[in-house]
Amino acid sequence: MIERLDRHPLDDLLRVDRIPHIWCPTCGLGIVLNAFLTALRETGIPQEDTVVVSGIGCTGRAAGYVNLDSFHTTHGRALPFATGLKLGNPKLKVVVISGDGDLVAIGGNHLIHSARRNMDMTVICVNNFNYAMTGGQFGPTTPKQAKLTTAPYGSYEHPFNLPFLVESCGATYVARWTVLHIRQMTNSIKEALLHPGFSFAEIISPCPTVYGRRNQLGSGLDIVRYYQEKSVVKNDVDTRECEIELGGEIIVGRFVQRRKPTYLEMMNEYLGQIVGEDFVPYQGPMDDTGD
Amino acid sequence: MGMGNDRTVLTGIHFWDGDYACAEGAIAAGCRFFAGYPITPSTEIAERIAQRFPLLGGTFIQMEDELASMAAILGAVWAGTKAMTVTSGPGFSLMQENIGLGVMTETPCVVVDVQRGGPSTGLPTLTGQQDMMQARWGSHGDYEIIALSPSSPQECFDLTITCFNLAEQYRVPVLFMMDECVGHMTEKVVVPPVEQIKLYPRRWYRGPKEKYRPFQAEADGVPLMVRAGRDYRVHITGLTHDERGYPVINAECQNWCVSRLVNKIRDNADKIVMIEEFHTENADVVVIAYGISARVAFRAIDDARARGAKVGMLRLITVWPFPERRVAELAQRVKAFVMPEINMGQVYLELERVVAGRCQTRHVPHCGGWVHNPQDIFDAIMEYVR
Repeated sequence: MIERLDRHPLDDLLRVDRIPHIWCPTCGLGIVLNAFLTALRETGIPQEDTVVVSGIGCTGRAAGYVNLDSFHTTHGRALPFATGLKLGNPKLKVVVISGDGDLVAIGGNHLIHSARRNMDMTVICVNNFNYAMTGGQFGPTTPKQAKLTTAPYGSYEHPFNLPFLVESCGATYVARWTVLHIRQMTNSIKEALLHPGFSFAEIISPCPTVYGRRNQLGSGLDIVRYYQEKSVVKNDVDTRECEIELGGEIIVGRFVQRRKPTYLEMMNEYLGQIVGEDFVPYQGPMDDTGD
Repeated sequence: MGMGNDRTVLTGIHFWDGDYACAEGAIAAGCRFFAGYPITPSTEIAERIAQRFPLLGGTFIQMEDELASMAAILGAVWAGTKAMTVTSGPGFSLMQENIGLGVMTETPCVVVDVQRGGPSTGLPTLTGQQDMMQARWGSHGDYEIIALSPSSPQECFDLTITCFNLAEQYRVPVLFMMDECVGHMTEKVVVPPVEQIKLYPRRWYRGPKEKYRPFQAEADGVPLMVRAGRDYRVHITGLTHDERGYPVINAECQNWCVSRLVNKIRDNADKIVMIEEFHTENADVVVIAYGISARVAFRAIDDARARGAKVGMLRLITVWPFPERRVAELAQRVKAFVMPEINMGQVYLELERVVAGRCQTRHVPHCGGWVHNPQDIFDAIMEYVR
């Protein structure tokens, strides 16, 4: 028997008064958002403790659609803003959802340093291989030969291999999936949310309107079919092997999951040891209840 | 919030430089989050905070650059803390975009710029007052800001507290425009007993959750705040937004949003402005100065008065908003304003605009690297003294 639902099962986690969203038909961002909210619910982490921070770009709009405390910051600066939120109130579960251009190009410095610190936060990096909101320019993840408006003859730059980048900088949880891998992606985001320290999930996502069109990749469905044909699950693979070429194989899986003291653990344990009984740990945010 | 132990406010008499006094002022104001990046001549503030915070329940983090530092303090404020960052010219430039985010999201915080000579790397170790216009409009878009300038280490302590209070009252980043001389000048600093330090509390919203609208202004134009993690489910964006905080991309909402950001400062300017006057009652010439230049100008004023010249001083403690009303009043009856600044004419442009030809105005420029020779200010004064 088919049950009739008047509400989407995730409606309580969405700002329904802001929908329809601005994303193009068959863009992968809706799937990522769905996976994140499903994962969040499954973790049991209290919604009121969860904060979403994003930067600028198509993915940057994700913060505007979640019915959680959410911050849409400046281009590239989601991670340091999130760092302030986490350190200002260590009780918060801080999640950064942003795109490859935002996190890796203009925000690249913050990405490597947040990973180095093993800062207590989860990053969902939606990689569509281009700057889509500005009409399709090449970026730091664009595969060689892919054509975009500022690479009209194809890109000749070496792209970043994101799992390798963040692992080498110190990230302690690293996974990559495509939007086709809904269950694995949801499960990885769940693991990332529950992981202490800097967790990073790269989600390969179709951009049929801009990246797809410029490179004759077909419809959103065609792109997802390509994911199906060319994705290879290799859990725990050496992340140096995770490079992506235009039309080539996409290695997906959970690559890194290790425990290392987080920034907050390091700070409190180290200062507690060295400063000794004079150390006064951070007391949390100001009281907002009294008069 | 934990106030730490009895070492939090160091009540007593100290011999501190301006940088240390600023750090202690921030601590006394309840600042418990600091993010910064080392840069001369502001570094001593960060060093002092790094040493003191673990003893009083504060969190210090050295970020990877000034863009990150500014973003981090905004995040920390939304987490429910009082937060500050400090920098000097080049870092101040890097902070500008996120100062704009602080203005747009009405995030109370304090940004200290210990000014040095520029442009570019300029004179890292030597003084300047060349970021005053950058303080006013350095971020893109249209806004009004609050900026204070101290003339002594004592003021570095006192006014840092004032900066935090103004930030809370008007929900705006407040810029503390020190200069290298004041930052590195060591003098007596008196820290009062805790109970004599008045702190403006955060303007928390305490009504029913379903009625909260993050950008609905109170009578003075300032909205009430909540912190993340309290189930208000706020959305805060740098986009033009409505009372709910939702992006609205049209001219009508832009007009509502920007005019309120501007007017909450302009309409309250008389309450915000702090100035100090000496011998202005029947002065023929009034020297207008701020920061270290005010200290230097007093020597010139003393010399001129010793020769019988009727010279007074209007010292700007608040530089932005500019004390328009008082300057306009004085312009009706004085012969001239003389304004020394360690730049080629920045706040002076505002003086000229406000005076609007009602009396003479004379800038005494200095490119930076050192303070004025008082003789140059004296000579400028005497041009208008018969």
